[in-house]
Amino acid sequence: MTEPLDRMTLTLTVNGRTIKVAVHPMARLLDILREEIGLTGTKEGCGEGECGACTVLMNGVPVLACLTPACQVDGAEVVTVEGLAKETLHPIQQAFLEEGGAQCGICTPGMLISAFYYLEHPECAENLREALAGNQCRCTGYTKIFSSVRKAAERLGKTIPEV
Amino acid sequence: MPEASLLDFSVFNPRRLDEALSLLAEEENVVPLAGGTDLMVTLETGNLSPCRFLNLMGIAEFQEPFSWCDGKLRMSPLCSYRDTRIDKDVATRYPLLVRAAREVGVLAIQSRGTWAGNIVNASPAADGVPVLMVYDAEVELRSTSGTRTVPLCDFYRGYKEMDRASDELVTGIILPPPPEDRIEYFRKVAPRRLQAITKVLLTGYLLRSDDRIEDCRIVLGSVAPFTLRARETESILRGSVLDSETIKAARAALQGEISPIDDIRSTAMYRRNVAERLLDEFLLSASPESH
Repeated sequence: MTEPLDRMTLTLTVNGRTIKVAVHPMARLLDILREEIGLTGTKEGCGEGECGACTVLMNGVPVLACLTPACQVDGAEVVTVEGLAKETLHPIQQAFLEEGGAQCGICTPGMLISAFYYLEHPECAENLREALAGNQCRCTGYTKIFSSVRKAAERLGKTIPEV
Repeated sequence: MPEASLLDFSVFNPRRLDEALSLLAEEENVVPLAGGTDLMVTLETGNLSPCRFLNLMGIAEFQEPFSWCDGKLRMSPLCSYRDTRIDKDVATRYPLLVRAAREVGVLAIQSRGTWAGNIVNASPAADGVPVLMVYDAEVELRSTSGTRTVPLCDFYRGYKEMDRASDELVTGIILPPPPEDRIEYFRKVAPRRLQAITKVLLTGYLLRSDDRIEDCRIVLGSVAPFTLRARETESILRGSVLDSETIKAARAALQGEISPIDDIRSTAMYRRNVAERLLDEFLLSASPESH
């Protein structure tokens, strides 16, 4: 008879590097990233899927790392906020810096990942508001976040709807 | 009481459906796990009793989100809202699925949340279940002793009570082709456009020949212990002329069959009022003058 697992070894690729970790199968991807791998860029805001601070890309698609269990990430490719900058900041990060898109910073990693996904796949949402919905910011009132993403879109030569 | 720790939980990772069904039949306390958007929240808030999860993500038979058979659409239990939004064929034939999918949480929820999970989570405020009900969805349940299907509109018995035995797994959702030339309606009322839980939802379709209503479906969320197909209201409408008298009678029937409550998201009075206005909006939008 098959025994249920209370520990499993996972292989996953995070920001291009393949890593093995041994964790509880219901451990959150968020904790694997922060505690096991030491990538603390991804933040825990609410821990229950409401705030978007822990948004990462898994196999190219945005997911909430707080709601993603370890048993479902074996073999996955994950991109966190640390994976955006190469030699220099990513244009979205640079625009956030210039436009004041980040204040306290808790929502920023989720905003950056969601914005990155949207600019790569503008067809995924009706507009920028829908693309960033679910990423809550309690500092900026969103205006500066929207202007940051628009500036980045312009620099990247991406066309996104006005409203 | 201390919160349950991860030590109270373990996971089965079956690769094939027959393995999964054997585990459900032979093991105690097994909870199927799809995208986790509901179960992970319950787990993290310490509100889940110790259990063994049956991780469905690796099951080979479930990997294709959609298949078509005899003109019917079959959705895998792992079919997500995102899968639905990006499938052009499904969007063309079942537009309400896409309308609902884009209002479930936000993109990062839609990429993980599944329709089957929405069905078995059995929330009265479910946003996926109502449109499936409008399209006469059937739930396919399988166990080691066989397969059966249940109409989704008969699946719920009470608050979080379902026609599903503990050894049965939802293995598919089957949708017949809806009638041509129907007029569809979907409106979710919530405090925000996205990432919000429904206060009242009404969806349906109406099939009209001249000014007479040939057939209709009316389904509501968050106004009863489970997603409600408003059969009384439908029977008032079916065969009637779509005029102000009929609309008035339909409103009265609707008030008779919904049973909303006061809770953290809204009040019974508000829900009654809004449910009636949504019905009005639907019927007026479907009336001959609007087309």
